[in-house]
Amino acid sequence: MAGKSQVPGLVKGLGVGLGVTLKTLGHTMKPKKLGGGANTVQYPHEKEAPPIRSRGVIALREDNCTSCMLCSRSCPDWCIYIEAHKTLAAPRRAGGAPRKVNIVDRFDIDYALCMYCGICVEVCPFDALFWSPEYEYSEPKIADLLHDKTKLGEWMETVPEAPELEAGADKKGKK
Amino acid sequence: MFAVDLPYWAQSLLRVLGGTVAVLLPAGTIVYLFLFKMMSFMQSRLGPMEAGPYGSMQLFAEVGKWLQKEDIQPAKADKRIFKMAPLIVLVSTFLLVAVVPFGPDAYFTNFDAGVFYMLAVSSISTLGILIAGWSSANKYSLLGGLRAAGQLIAYELPMVLAVLGVVIQAETMNMQTIVLRQNAGAMFGWNGLGNPYILTQFVGFVIFMIAVQAELTQAPFDMPIAESELVSGYMTEYSGFRFLIFFIAEFATAGVFALIASVLFLGGWGVPFSWFGWHGVNDVANWMNIAGPLIMFTKMMVLTFLMMWVRFSYPRFREDQLQRFAWKVLIPVALLNIMVTAVLKVVF
Repeated sequence: MAGKSQVPGLVKGLGVGLGVTLKTLGHTMKPKKLGGGANTVQYPHEKEAPPIRSRGVIALREDNCTSCMLCSRSCPDWCIYIEAHKTLAAPRRAGGAPRKVNIVDRFDIDYALCMYCGICVEVCPFDALFWSPEYEYSEPKIADLLHDKTKLGEWMETVPEAPELEAGADKKGKK
Repeated sequence: MFAVDLPYWAQSLLRVLGGTVAVLLPAGTIVYLFLFKMMSFMQSRLGPMEAGPYGSMQLFAEVGKWLQKEDIQPAKADKRIFKMAPLIVLVSTFLLVAVVPFGPDAYFTNFDAGVFYMLAVSSISTLGILIAGWSSANKYSLLGGLRAAGQLIAYELPMVLAVLGVVIQAETMNMQTIVLRQNAGAMFGWNGLGNPYILTQFVGFVIFMIAVQAELTQAPFDMPIAESELVSGYMTEYSGFRFLIFFIAEFATAGVFALIASVLFLGGWGVPFSWFGWHGVNDVANWMNIAGPLIMFTKMMVLTFLMMWVRFSYPRFREDQLQRFAWKVLIPVALLNIMVTAVLKVVF
């Protein structure tokens, strides 16, 4: 139990505690026009813009993907499925040998398994995977959370331009 | 209650209906206004907004949800006792409201041992909570039940002692007479405000409210529920409508205790009699039977606002702090209060 000298401080502390909740109550009840209102938003009716670097969903730029499998192998959840086939493409210069290129047949990410660690984005050497702040992709059935490369490609549009980390520095951009 | 003479069965029916309203109306109001809205505002959010305008129908949605849920009982639970426990808790609330006077003639019962009855009946809920914890066959429930028993008994005592000051000053245990004494009373010959006992018994009032907070197992005295350590204490194994009954009982009891506190300390249903030139209960106009319940309701809202405000502001007491606070602070102060009141009563 508090000693006698602590009692005034205790009472003051209790008052401060009540004051904080009462102040917040008043602030929330004040109309929005006067600078009041809640700190939350009423989600389906109004939306909050997520911070530019938030981890909403992983988007795929298919053209950059060489199906090197680095993302798939480094994924802790093994939730990236890649299938590809090799084909010959026209040589870069006239008279050269035809190039061997990998065509991605399947690039699926199972968001039911994904834990949003971002290792795949980090490990991709060809800038094919990006974080997007998009977050509205819930599904009624868990199996529907397996998204294919078409869907992942559509999310590229939601990927924001990466901000400069410091003035004049290289940006990891969408390209 | 009315000028017409009602047969006994009609009177009983009216009393049952009135009791139900007097228990459920405050409970619903408290839950929506304070638990849903005020708590949300204090945490800078809006609370339920979808069901009805400003979420006002949320309560019905919640009740509907609970009623649909399966009535689960643990395999090793003591089934009959397990089912009975929430009802015992709720019954104690209904029994409590029976002694609360709402107007000069608007009361359920009016008998001389009202305060004694109120204190006795309010401890029935302790039994319900203890057997709820014990019959669940769950270690969390058992711990919650034991903590609840320890806490409710510890805080019963300061509550009784705090009320004693009022009883000494009013010279009666009859709740109705306590109301009359306050409103017909005078402070040093000035009767403009009557003599509400909150002024003379302020220490008693504070102790009573603290003890009520503990009796309701509300924060900062929610050690028996302590969701971060005991899941939900004695309510852990309850689901569906049995949980709903616990829930209603918690907030209905908050309302009823607030009603009792306003009777004991705030002058109850009455307005100071000098305003209208009344001298005793026989002079009180008939419209007070309508205005009285409204006045009581207003006072109840003010007191429950205080209780909920405290509930949403403070963190939980540790078990040992909680017991020490009851036995080493509240009870000695309450005893001192009784002594001073008794001495002053004899002197003046």
